[in-house]
Amino acid sequence: MDMSQYLEIFIDETKEHLQSLNQSLLQLEQNPEDTSVLNEIFRVAHTLKGMSGTMGFTKMAKLTHDMENVLQALRNNQIKATSKLVDLLFKCLDALENYTDNIVNSGSEGSNEYNEIIKELNDTIQMKSSEETASSGKKTADSSEPLKEQNQHPTSGIKLNQYEQNVANKAIEMNMNVFKITVVLNKGCVLKSARAFIIFQTLEKYGEIIKSEPKVEDIEDEKFDFEFTVVCVSKESAEVFQRDINGIAEVDEVIIVPVETAEIKNSAAQNESDSNEADTQTEGEEAQAQEEKSESNTVSQAHKTKTGKTVRVDIDRLDVLMNLVSELIIIKTRLAGLNGSENTQTYNETIEYLERITTSLNDAVMKVRMVPVEMVFNRFPRMIRDTARELGKEIQLNMSGVETELDRTVIDEIGDPLIHLLRNSADHGIESKEKRLEMGKSAVGHINLRAYQDGDNVVIEVEDDGQGINVEKVKNKAIERGLVKKEIANTLSQKDIIDFLFKPSFSTSDSITNISGRGVGLDVVKTKIEQLGGVVEVETEAGKGSKFIIRLPLTLAIIQALLVMVGNEKYAIPLSSTKEIIKITPEQIKMVQKQEVFLLRNTVVPIVRLDKILEVPEVERTKKDMTVVIVKKGEKLSGFLVDSLIGQQEIVIKSLGKLLSGVKWIAGATILGDGNVALILDVNLLAV
Amino acid sequence: MEQRANSESKQYVVFKLGKEDYGLDIQKVTTIERMMPAARVPKTPEYIKGVINLRGEIIPVMDLRKKFGLPPVEETDETRIIILKFDDITFGIIVDEVDEVLNLTEESIENVSSFANDLSMDYIYGVGKVDDRIVTLLNLEKLTDIGEEDEQGDFE
Repeated sequence: MDMSQYLEIFIDETKEHLQSLNQSLLQLEQNPEDTSVLNEIFRVAHTLKGMSGTMGFTKMAKLTHDMENVLQALRNNQIKATSKLVDLLFKCLDALENYTDNIVNSGSEGSNEYNEIIKELNDTIQMKSSEETASSGKKTADSSEPLKEQNQHPTSGIKLNQYEQNVANKAIEMNMNVFKITVVLNKGCVLKSARAFIIFQTLEKYGEIIKSEPKVEDIEDEKFDFEFTVVCVSKESAEVFQRDINGIAEVDEVIIVPVETAEIKNSAAQNESDSNEADTQTEGEEAQAQEEKSESNTVSQAHKTKTGKTVRVDIDRLDVLMNLVSELIIIKTRLAGLNGSENTQTYNETIEYLERITTSLNDAVMKVRMVPVEMVFNRFPRMIRDTARELGKEIQLNMSGVETELDRTVIDEIGDPLIHLLRNSADHGIESKEKRLEMGKSAVGHINLRAYQDGDNVVIEVEDDGQGINVEKVKNKAIERGLVKKEIANTLSQKDIIDFLFKPSFSTSDSITNISGRGVGLDVVKTKIEQLGGVVEVETEAGKGSKFIIRLPLTLAIIQALLVMVGNEKYAIPLSSTKEIIKITPEQIKMVQKQEVFLLRNTVVPIVRLDKILEVPEVERTKKDMTVVIVKKGEKLSGFLVDSLIGQQEIVIKSLGKLLSGVKWIAGATILGDGNVALILDVNLLAV
Repeated sequence: MEQRANSESKQYVVFKLGKEDYGLDIQKVTTIERMMPAARVPKTPEYIKGVINLRGEIIPVMDLRKKFGLPPVEETDETRIIILKFDDITFGIIVDEVDEVLNLTEESIENVSSFANDLSMDYIYGVGKVDDRIVTLLNLEKLTDIGEEDEQGDFE
């Protein structure tokens, strides 16, 4: 069967499951006793097993299967979730991620079988069985509903078919106990099948259920009154069963009758007729369990975000889109109906209507492109955990505002810079445990990752409570590296000095990192963020920590821009970086160190002659005064000299295409109302 | 039109540049467009004419005459932009005129190494012979490759 059409879905879902596995494992590490987390992990592993099996990825299925065994043991409290075990599970996760990557890249899972991990998993199980006797049962159910009335129910008869008898006989031969267990549920029990499922689970901890009456399928469909009977094979004694099942909420009565060989034989005689029912009940029941698991899995996954190339869109948003498109069709019909004889008012009204629709359409499409930052953030807890371990520190990562939405294109790019900043904080910001205690801080370092929307921007903050940036040392290093003269350095503000961290030369190894420990790859972070049209700021206080603040535009696709003429060419300057527009006379331009500048309310602003830089063909200029667009790059101002202004306009940013992707000064292109192309200037690169 | 199609023949879009006939693998050709105004992109090699708006898409256009060092000519009614897509790179080339589509068999294509010493040799992948005509077959890979190198050189 051709599976390729499902491959994409498989990859998307697998990634999603692995992500949730990742989160759950982190939670498990925090709360090794938490059953719900354990159940979640089990569900994910189980679903993965099923999915990979269906797709024919046998190695992946094998690994998840072995994982499942360990998880099962964990769930049954036969083994403890030690940090070693969690590490092992993380290794499994990594292996699964590798498989997935291979599948993404080549369509096959690759040849690595991770035998070591599988062996470790199996060893864990081995250990468990030796400790099994010591372990005690755990209650999966919560007892919230009080027992109401007690009713006596007779033990119902149960018949075994040939196959089941054999199993029972064999078990008795092997000195195991065979019980006939009748469970009577409370009359007030609402979810009978779920309750039954819990009971089945409990029973399965100790042994194997070989027969159930009514059939498992019927129990699953709630086609039973308030009692059911199972035959169970186990090493444990009847008391253990009695105790554990009684511990489950909404169970009124448990009747356990040991089954002897004779009785089995007896029932065999009665039962030859229904041997056609021999389709193995236990398996059916397992299937039911699986189904239930995957079902609840779907529910818990429903709100999670997809990590593929696709965007999962809220159906409401699509409805809005659909409505707008239908309105667009209406307006088209209306426009087509205008035959020129109508007065201008009708015409203008129609145009206004059209304008309203396109604006709404624009908003709606933008919203479709928005995805929560959670999609990037959710891999960080694991990363911080690993980094912290590597460094022998204790670090807690607090994330907030994960639901903040950003354009898909920005989301894809923001991951790496954030990893840089987080590593930086973990590695260089947070001090060692001893040092922290010495300084009167808590041993556990904190990193706060915050996202929130601020007007048209999304702000992401990475804050640590570590040692902060040693401004003195940065300054000395800058002087040493010849980035700034000593006399000038002493007059610089703290902010200016910290800016040196973002200089490429500060990022090389053996630089500032050895001294104050800041600056690894920060230039890369800055470049990336600026490419995205954002800015990075730093706040720091010695001994208290530092905060990196990233401001990003909500979307990269559509911006407000100022259209200007340079020579005979049209260019767009993003409005977000324009501060003001003024006119100056040539006399106002002064020279400072071969750089043209002018004074803007007592601030020296360097002038950028766009026509020279962009090599615009000369045109004759008759006007004497010059139009200057003041742009800001961070805090600094520059004046772009243009020939004339066209106006403010909303523009759709398009890339120049792969062939011209390396072009300097130009951030992209846009199509103007008349169908011509205008280039968008890269203010950050052009500004002095 | 040549109809010698057999299993080994490939179709080529034939266009004129000056007096010479050039051929392009038809698989790489997306559309052929009439000439349209292009916006100049600063800091690119001279032969990059600029970018055009092709039904809402921004596409860089290369002036093949400049690229091959031929003298410029006035654009005419026959001037065309051939839009090519190759390895995820979409771009257009401006040519004097587009003639026809030819079928060329492997045997009718001659390797170019036999006549060296041409500056534009790199862009040429072979020479196809059909009856008395000679069609120079272009190597797109090289066309975009060199373009990028040149650009980077110019950016420095």
